[in-house]
Formats: sequence, C-alpha cells, structure tokens
Amino acid sequence: MAEFKTNPEILQPENVVYKRTELLTPKDLSYCPGCGHGTAHRIIMEVIEEMGIQSETIAVAPVGCSVLAYEFMNVDIQQASHGRAPAVATAIKRLFPEKFVFTYQGDGDLAAIGTAETIHACNRGENMTIFFINNGIYGMTGGQMAPTTLPGMKSSTSPYGRDVATMGNPLKMTELVATLPGTLYVTRQAVHTPSAVRKAKRAVRKAFENQKLNKGLSFVEIVSNCNSGWKMTPRQSNEWMVDNMFPFYPIGDIKVNDDK
Amino acid sequence: MKELRLMKGNEAFAEACIRAGADGYFGYPITPQSEVMEYLMAQKTHERTGMVTLQAESEIAAINMVYGGAGCGKRVLTSSSSPGISLKQEGISYIAGAELPCLILNVVRGGPGLGTIQPSQSDYFQSTKGGGHGDYKLIVLAPASVQEMADFAGLGFELAFKYRNPVLILSDGAIGQMMEKVMLDVQKPRFTMEEIRKNTPWATIGKTPDREHNIITSLDLESIKMEQHNHELQKKYRAIEENEVRYEKISCEDAEYAFVAYGTSARICQKAIEIARSEGIKVGLLRPITLFPFPKKVIKEMTSKVKGILCVEMSAGQMIEDVQLAVEGRVPVEHFGRYGGIVHSPSEIVEALKKQIIGG
Repeated sequence: MAEFKTNPEILQPENVVYKRTELLTPKDLSYCPGCGHGTAHRIIMEVIEEMGIQSETIAVAPVGCSVLAYEFMNVDIQQASHGRAPAVATAIKRLFPEKFVFTYQGDGDLAAIGTAETIHACNRGENMTIFFINNGIYGMTGGQMAPTTLPGMKSSTSPYGRDVATMGNPLKMTELVATLPGTLYVTRQAVHTPSAVRKAKRAVRKAFENQKLNKGLSFVEIVSNCNSGWKMTPRQSNEWMVDNMFPFYPIGDIKVNDDK
Repeated sequence: MKELRLMKGNEAFAEACIRAGADGYFGYPITPQSEVMEYLMAQKTHERTGMVTLQAESEIAAINMVYGGAGCGKRVLTSSSSPGISLKQEGISYIAGAELPCLILNVVRGGPGLGTIQPSQSDYFQSTKGGGHGDYKLIVLAPASVQEMADFAGLGFELAFKYRNPVLILSDGAIGQMMEKVMLDVQKPRFTMEEIRKNTPWATIGKTPDREHNIITSLDLESIKMEQHNHELQKKYRAIEENEVRYEKISCEDAEYAFVAYGTSARICQKAIEIARSEGIKVGLLRPITLFPFPKKVIKEMTSKVKGILCVEMSAGQMIEDVQLAVEGRVPVEHFGRYGGIVHSPSEIVEALKKQIIGG
C-alpha cells in the first residue's frame, strides 16, 4: 500500500470545517458499514449539541440493531425492553417535564412488538420525541420479516417474498400516528444523500424544539437501508430504497405544526 | 402528622405510598386491587405532593414506566393482581437486572389463567423463585393486615433504595379488600433534585460535564462481564438474606406443634391456635414477613422444640418447599391448602393439624 501522508496544513484548527460531535462517544459504531443508523445518530446528537441541551436530555434506546445506541449517544440514556421505549420515556418525561426526552427505535421494536406503547404514547400526546428508523427488516437478529417489510420483499422468514395473503400487509405506522390528536408533528425523512440529511436534521431540530411548546408528541420516521439484511452493497441498497421503499413510504411531512 | 383511619388495605397502601414520598404510580385496572389507582386519582396526587399517577395502556406498559422512573432515581411503584403481575414479569426481570429500586404490589387472586377474583396465595413461587427470566431475586414482603399494607409501603421503598432492588409486596384479595383501622405515618417529602444527584449518582437525570453519561441497561454482550454482574447480584442477595429476614412468632414459647403461614392464612391460624389451645393442643405460629429472604434459620431452630409443622397456605403447596428445606427432615412437615379463591376456616385448620400432624 502506498504511504499516505496528511498535509499538516489540513490539521490546523483554523482549517477545520467539520468534526465529529462531542455528543457521540469515541467508540466505534457497531453498525454495518453503509447503514443509515450512524448518520441518524449523528444528526440527532448534532442537534442536541447545537441546542446546548445535553444536560437536559434523557434518551431511551430500544432492542434491535440500535440496542447499543447507549454506547454511542453521549447523553444520559436508558435501554428499554423490546418495544417498550415509549412507555419508559413517558414516565421519564412525566417525572421530568422540563427535560428533553426522546426514544430511538427500529421498525420491529416500534411497529410490531411495541405497537400498543407507540400508539398510546402518541395518543396521550406525551410531550416527547420518537425517532423511528424504518429499514423494513429485523437487522439485529439476522434479516427476518418486519412489520414494514414490503410486499414481495425477501427476508429470512419470507424467503420467497412477503406474501400479503398469508403474512399480512406492511404497517404504515407514521401515517397511523398522524391521525391521532396527541401528535403535534409527524414527518418521514431519509439520510441517503447530503440534501436528505440536511432536511432530516431540520426535522430533528423541529421535533426537539416542539418539546418546549408542550403541545404533543413529535414523530420522525427515517427510512433507511439495511445493506446487510437486504444482501446488497451500500450503494445498491440506497438505490433499491429510492426505487422501492420511497414509493411505499413517501418522504415528507405528514402533519406539521406551526410553532411560529 | 400521624393519623388513625378506617381503610381498605388497597386504599391504605395507596395513602401510605403518597405519605412515603412516592414520585410516580403507573398501573392498569384489575380486580381485586383497582382501589389503589382509584384512590390515588381521587386524591389528585399531583396537586397534593407532585406525585404522578398515570393509568397505562397495559400492565406491560405500566411496569416499563416504572423502569423509566426508577432509572431516574425516583420513588415509583405499580400494583396489580396475579394475571397482571404475570404480564409484568419481563419488565421485573429487566428492573432486577438493571438494579433499579421500585415497589410492586401484587394483590393475589386465584389462578391459574384468569382464575377467579377471590383471594389466593398461589403466586408464592412466582414471587420468590424469580417469576421472570434469569437469576434474580425480589425482596418479598407479606402483609397480614391493613396496617402492614401501609407500613410496607415506606419499608418497601427503604429496602428498594438500600439494595437497588425491586421490592414486591405479596398481598392477597382479602387483605386488599378488607377494612381495618390503620395508623398512617407522617408525610415524607419527595426527593429533591439534590438528593437524587447525591443518593443515586447512577440515575439518568441529564449528563453534566463533571461525569460520564449514565446508562441504565441490563445488557452486556460480553459473557465474562455478564457473569461478573451475576456474581455481584448474588452477593447482594446473600447480603439481603443476612440482614433483612423478618418474621413474627405467636404462642411459640410452649408450643409442641407449629403452623407456618403468611398473610391471610396467618391471620386464620391465629384463630385456629385459640381453638386448638382451648382443646389443650399446644400449637404456635411462625409467620414469615419476608418471603425472600425466607426465615430459614428460625424455622430450623424450631425443630428442636416442636414435633411437627403444618404449612397452611391458600395454594396447592408452594411455601412448604422452603419450609422443608429449612427443616431438613428433622420433624414431619405437612401442607394444608385451600385454593382457587377459597379461604380456610379456623376449625378445618385445627382438624388438619390433628389428622396430618398429631395423629400422623
């Protein structure tokens, strides 16, 4: 391998144009290279840093690929049992109404085993934020069918493709919670391109700022890839996501509050 | 100030929790314990002390709310009855694994399944042997009166925080529903932010620059660390066994025979003792107050004085296994149970003593 030398000029503080947020711990992410979780973690932590609310934030991690989010998110954080993060977060927010409280959950956690907790926290209008990472598959356990797996999509428990006649339909949780009076802001974003990341980050910021309004729950879905589970390269998986996931899970705001 | 009231067991427990400085109650209705949440709601706890009372969408959500609140260093609790407590078991295992303090009340009804709404003691195994998955123990308190329903609220919180361990109050439908006079303790203040910071430095209350971020979890994917964590848990349980055994001895001084019974059964045994003694049978009662830790030592000591032990339980025979382990075969140990929601009569207990122990 050719010797690689960094130009010392680049390392001068005045030349820094971007650096890892202090709110991500120095630990290596456990996610597969190419997965969207890392970017989703980053933008959430950057927003907390930019708002200066690290000491006012309490997070709840799920069960799934992001079960270890507590290793990476440098905020006080609890790891909930599978699907129950919204219940755990409900109590935290009720006991500390002045704190910023959020959950970070995957599709199996939020839209299958935790359906009741998700719907009821949304419907009660808990004044907190739910981040929902939807990659249409159970990643941590090795690629099984998720509640959000697309019709015809292959997984280890739908090896011939999801047959909706026998396996049921994918659940659009985000559209569902948008119908509930307790949600204030419901949006679906992605993190596969720089412009998508910028838009997603704006949504994350709005979701946190909404907690100051005390008017209900903010719900941010991030449609993401799972290159390992989908058995694709990272690039292929992002293209497949645009071609297949986005038509079924359209990107954009579903319910927007005017906080002005 | 202290106050003498006539109350139902469930209500006395609820009032005592408020007075113990509880920060949050999370529950779901189920007979025969719904009065706990009804009472708290009627009291407008948030106005009275700042305590949060929230009706959850399920017992599962409720116990996970308890996890969240306990992880913040707050005094939190839930209550339910047998089928609901079964639903909570996963959450209880997580709470035990993450070493969080909390209070859980089980007003036991007959089972299995949906069973009946009448009192029972058939959740002894579930309460003392684990209930959920993994090697863990709850501190289990067994009240036998409305007074103890109240007293164990404060005691339960104290032990929960002392050991960072969930405390289960194992009551039953009779104690929960019956009315007795009860002396209520003075109002304790809720924890201040300063106290939480000082007494529970592990609590998730917002990371400050002076410390690392706090993490509440029961997970460790490195088995060697998980084994070490289990060692620590076992060490804690041995300390609890060493320090926290509680029991009551009634009429044991000259006793030739002994009942071992807790909760409602223990109350009925007291009447049975009166009847038996009026017939010249010298029988006493050992009432375990803590079911874990179980009063093994005192039961073992009793075997040098009594000729036989009758375990009286509203179950098909659960606590008897712990009594047998303590007795180690030194004297006969028999079980007399009524179950499925049936409560013993004192006279049938005396008959059982005659037939199974004295005559046997």
